[in-house]
Amino acid sequence: MNCKGLIYEISAYLDGELTQETLTEIEIHLKRCQDCRLIVDTTRKTIDIYYSSQPLPLPDDVRERLHEALVKRLGRRPNS
Amino acid sequence: MIHATTTCANLLHGAWCATITPPAKRMSSPEPKHLPSTIVREDEGALVSLAKSGDLGAFDELVNRYERRIFRLTMNITQNREDAEDATQDAFLKSFQHLGDFQGGSRFYTWLVRIAVNEALMRLRRRRPNVTSLDEPVQTEEDLMPREIQDWGPTPEQRYQSTELNSILNDAIAELEPIFRTVFVLRDVEQLSTEETADALGISVPAVKSRLLRGRLRLREKLNRFFEQRKPA
Repeated sequence: MNCKGLIYEISAYLDGELTQETLTEIEIHLKRCQDCRLIVDTTRKTIDIYYSSQPLPLPDDVRERLHEALVKRLGRRPNS
Repeated sequence: MIHATTTCANLLHGAWCATITPPAKRMSSPEPKHLPSTIVREDEGALVSLAKSGDLGAFDELVNRYERRIFRLTMNITQNREDAEDATQDAFLKSFQHLGDFQGGSRFYTWLVRIAVNEALMRLRRRRPNVTSLDEPVQTEEDLMPREIQDWGPTPEQRYQSTELNSILNDAIAELEPIFRTVFVLRDVEQLSTEETADALGISVPAVKSRLLRGRLRLREKLNRFFEQRKPA
């Protein structure tokens, strides 16, 4: 496994989708390649940071327009 | 665009407003990675069954449950608030109108996401017809290889206030080509599986994996300029 090979496998590595054989090759490479360790670490952080960004509350005006449109288009109120 | 003249409390006997939206939480206790625990799935299934029989109250609960995530999704894809609002509205309306077609073989949320993605992509193509091809762009190895390799430190996001961080994340994702952005958002933000993402976009599993790899690496590169640990001068 060289650096280029690692880059191609980085997504599968982070998603835990690799075979044991490829996983072992990557771990051996990572032990001796600081650049690849940094790339793996920062790619993982990229995913984690986006994942942790919770959906913001729907702005009130958007929420009201959405619900008003649903009421209008669906023609009646729930449970009525 | 419909402009609201009624306050939220007046709508539907308050039913639309039953869920109080909590303040946004960032970088602390993220929501569970996978929404469909057995309980949620069963609960969702019961709501869908009721909605299918015409119970708008049950559908209302589904809207309350997913409106923020669907709006975030459509915003991420369209990068335009007006289009995102319209896509969100139409996604919920169409999902209600076509509930009879939903067979329950997948999660309702996944099915809703598929509709919302189609609505969002349609508006994106309309607005930017020349730059919204979902065909695989020509890629070279050079495109893939990282150029910036710096340490970010343990928690780079904590160097920014939440509004500033939001702005950084939004700007970076907006710069991604739509085909990478859409796959990244579905997989890494909305937490759909590779198969669900392929299904939602009508592309193959290998295509999802290839686009996800490129999307992740490109975003990493874009965030690097904000998160690299600068050595003291």
